[in-house]
Amino acid sequence: MTDFGAAFAAAFAMVAGFDPDLAEIVGLSLQVSLLAVGLATVIGLPVGAAVALFRFPGRTALVVALNALMGLPPVVVGLIVYLLLSRAGPFGVLGLLFTPTAMIIAQVLLVTPIIAALTRQVVEDLWVEYEDQMRSLGAGPARALTALLWDGRFTLITAVLAGFGRASAEVGAVMIVGGNIDHVTRVMTTAIALEVSKGDLALALGLGIVLMTLSLAVNAAAFLVKETAQRHYG
Amino acid sequence: MHRSLSRFPAVALMIVVLALVVTQARAGERFITVTSTTSTQNSGLYGHLLPIFTGVTGIEVRVVAVGTGQAIRLARQGDADVLFVHHKASEEKFVAEGFGVARFDVMYNDFVIVGPKADPAKVRGMTDAAKALVKIAAAKAAFASRGDNSGTNKKELELWKTAGVDARGVSGSWYRETGSGMGATLNTASAMNAYALTDRATWIKFANKGDLAVMVEGDDRLYNQYGIILVSPAKHPHVKAKDGQAFIDWILSEDGQEAIAAYHISGEQAFFPNAARAGY
Repeated sequence: MTDFGAAFAAAFAMVAGFDPDLAEIVGLSLQVSLLAVGLATVIGLPVGAAVALFRFPGRTALVVALNALMGLPPVVVGLIVYLLLSRAGPFGVLGLLFTPTAMIIAQVLLVTPIIAALTRQVVEDLWVEYEDQMRSLGAGPARALTALLWDGRFTLITAVLAGFGRASAEVGAVMIVGGNIDHVTRVMTTAIALEVSKGDLALALGLGIVLMTLSLAVNAAAFLVKETAQRHYG
Repeated sequence: MHRSLSRFPAVALMIVVLALVVTQARAGERFITVTSTTSTQNSGLYGHLLPIFTGVTGIEVRVVAVGTGQAIRLARQGDADVLFVHHKASEEKFVAEGFGVARFDVMYNDFVIVGPKADPAKVRGMTDAAKALVKIAAAKAAFASRGDNSGTNKKELELWKTAGVDARGVSGSWYRETGSGMGATLNTASAMNAYALTDRATWIKFANKGDLAVMVEGDDRLYNQYGIILVSPAKHPHVKAKDGQAFIDWILSEDGQEAIAAYHISGEQAFFPNAARAGY
């Protein structure tokens, strides 16, 4: 039990003392995960909506595949991205391995299926509800795509937050492709893993508390934005 | 209702550009990549050593700390400029196969066998590591192995071989392979009161010792030599040979060797420099 007390003390000391190392790690975590989620949203929303609205051969298989890819193991994604970005790999000349860019690439691969699959469900449900109405207005699936994404925007925020949850919490992929390099690619989760391996469990748990608080703050901010927007435009 | 969505392409482009700008911001810096072992990182040596080197030369050193086996693998693929590990036979093979330019001794410390204070195998105070392992096997006392092809793991397997015990053959019973780094393995050993082989520096620094203590030490076979190698620019043309060599030269120089000797954990010297060049 003493570990829990020590963890809260460590978390408090780090935050209250504006530990510059901690600030750097938190900054990089947010930078990597938010950019990855941003990119995944840009890809995932249109892809998910398109799968929901268009009928094409193999669509059912694609829907199942998208749902299954939500469970992509981070360590496998890390390994694949490593093999692609390694100097001996096809994209080795770019020199991206062990950089934040590599971490963003890995997280985009992890998060895009989550956002696409959840978007697919949201848009499909809306389409079932509005199809007759839209067709009578002369709007086919192509026109409906943007309309329904806009209509479902408040629900879709949850899909994006699910993606952010995955990105900010995973350690397997960023550890492999980032290398957990001090001041370069060390993020919250890899720092926690490192402190655990040093046996400093209180500090590790303290970092965990900071990470969870951060996640709470991001979700609270998203909730506030959603509420305010809903009141103004809802 | 479409007005906001029509901005989607613009927002998308902005995010992509932002991602590129942010991640490329550091690309202009002068740095080398060193793959090294978890033991040197967990011991805190780099936190002491690297700022001194960077202060002198302006070259930033990015350390990727993994097991020796994986570190060598990364270097073979050309994903590092310098390899700094601790398994001489593997290092010499790396150079012989043309992946490394040359290998130099840097420093040493030693391995110890730690175990629960209750000492069910009665090995406390022994100085023959192989005989101690025989007793641990005979008592079927829990033993936590790295099981990850690291330098420490290779050393441990060599000791089992000397002891004439096929520990891996009974893996899963009293012999437990964690497949993880030194610290993670010590956490496991601490949680299940198992014996384990660890390098001394990681052990001194390790904060979750629980009921474990040093049981066996002082065997010549527990000697732990670290070596440094420049990855061959002939094999991998992108290797930063000049800056990588500058790091190696500094580590082997009198200044570098003194910096290593000066690193203490809890008042104990963690590594003993023994580069041939510096005349130690």
